[in-house]
Amino acid sequence: MMRFSTLLRKPAEWMRTDGPHNDIVVSSRIRLARNLSEHAFPGWAHPEERLKLLDIVRPAVENLPEMQDAFSQEMTKLSAIEKQVLVERHLVSREHAAKSSGCATVMNRNQSISIMINEEDHLRIQSLRPGLQLMKAYQVLDKIDDELESQLPYAFDRKYGYLTACPTNLGTGLRASAMLHLPGLVLSDQINQTIQAANKIGLAVRGLYGEGTEALANLFQISNQTTLGQDEKSIIQHLDKVISRIIDNEENARRKLVEDQPTMLQDQIGRAYATLRFAYIIPSKEAMNFLSMIRLGIDLGAFNAEERDVINVLLTEIQPAHLQIEAKRKLNAAERDVLRAEIVRRHLKNLTEPCFDDILHKDLDDE
Amino acid sequence: MNCDSCHNENATIYLTQLVEGKMQKVNLCGNCAEEKGVTDPTGFDLADLLEGAGTETTTPAVVVGEDGESCEFCGFTQVDFKKTGRFGCGHCYQVFREGLDNLLEAMHRNSEHHGKVPEHFIDTAPPEGSDLTSGISDLHALLDEAIKIEDYEEAARLRDSIAQLEDVDKVLGEEPKKPE
Repeated sequence: MMRFSTLLRKPAEWMRTDGPHNDIVVSSRIRLARNLSEHAFPGWAHPEERLKLLDIVRPAVENLPEMQDAFSQEMTKLSAIEKQVLVERHLVSREHAAKSSGCATVMNRNQSISIMINEEDHLRIQSLRPGLQLMKAYQVLDKIDDELESQLPYAFDRKYGYLTACPTNLGTGLRASAMLHLPGLVLSDQINQTIQAANKIGLAVRGLYGEGTEALANLFQISNQTTLGQDEKSIIQHLDKVISRIIDNEENARRKLVEDQPTMLQDQIGRAYATLRFAYIIPSKEAMNFLSMIRLGIDLGAFNAEERDVINVLLTEIQPAHLQIEAKRKLNAAERDVLRAEIVRRHLKNLTEPCFDDILHKDLDDE
Repeated sequence: MNCDSCHNENATIYLTQLVEGKMQKVNLCGNCAEEKGVTDPTGFDLADLLEGAGTETTTPAVVVGEDGESCEFCGFTQVDFKKTGRFGCGHCYQVFREGLDNLLEAMHRNSEHHGKVPEHFIDTAPPEGSDLTSGISDLHALLDEAIKIEDYEEAARLRDSIAQLEDVDKVLGEEPKKPE
């Protein structure tokens, strides 16, 4: 079994690998909710019942071929900061991090699959991949689900499908979501329209919130809201189709910004570059939003495309728990801002000045 | 900037959430944030924090189960469901069946599962009326009903569900059945 320190040392593999459309789609995630029949759901079960269920489920999960050499731990054995690190990496939910006895998490070495035991449901299985790869992410889970199903008696009803603690997850128990980077739509004030359109067709859009007042780093999570009545493939295809449309819109918005407001774009990217390279105190919100501008600069050709990984990793590494793990002690907000600036400077040391020739020329070529 | 909750302390936590397509912002001081449990950005509903704003976000006003009913298996009661919006165990879905379909229709615009079935459930005959076409004809009946009582908002919603289902129908029709 892998140790927590080993897990920490490496950023999740999905952050460092390319995926389809990863200029706009940061990551794709699928999660399945499953429960065992003849056991109360975790939120209603007594602590002893949860522990009993953990004893049944955990070996089955740990014995999965996908989970050889995995990290497996009960949540009670992790410190508050360690749990927070897992949350910041999207490996466990906030709710799960806040739970106590009987709750455990098992995740594979490259951090692409994580299985929460005794979250809101007995099993929450999730798969994360870079770029737009929802179906691929689902196929991985489907196989794991088949393996678990052969060993564990699932709570299933012919009419209602997979039974979940909350009826909002009933049926397929499937939540598909993608993290989209949409600076073009935000800068051109079209984001609310996009969100409303998505809502209208039954999809949820959430920001990547936290300390910022704006949707942080121009990142938005889009996911299906309904889980009952459509099969897994339809849910995913539907979301895929909508995301493709949003990608088109974002690309158009960027093209238009380059055409109509090139100086504004240069200024935004240039300021982000200057601040991130040279600041000594940087609050989370400012760092996140500037990193978004650097990412946009990369997409537009102002920086080397290889820098995209660094930005992905930094977005996680500058979060509060990651900073405190790095410092090996508790830090107050002011101390975090200083360490955050230091880490950003270190990671971006080799980032060369933005070069806008490409952007302006591309514009001319298009005409 | 003052805390939006106590109006005394300086706000140090700034929250943004997308609620029904609109960005909402709340600024809180450390104490109020902790009190309201919003140190957890993914696990709270900003609407709940904003007085009067979007209070009907999650649970529609549908009565599930009958008064005083409780689950023999896990002891969960109808009152518990009202309180938490969650069930106690898988058996609860049978016990509190009354009104459940209405709740599910409101949530999912559907009340029957279509999709993956665990292997040991596959061989036996499917329940009556679980196929897609009957789902659609049910909706058509509801649509007629809605039009009759001039509930056009509901009618529009049903029309969309039908369109979506028919779409699924097409996709499913082309898909080969799981080899078994």
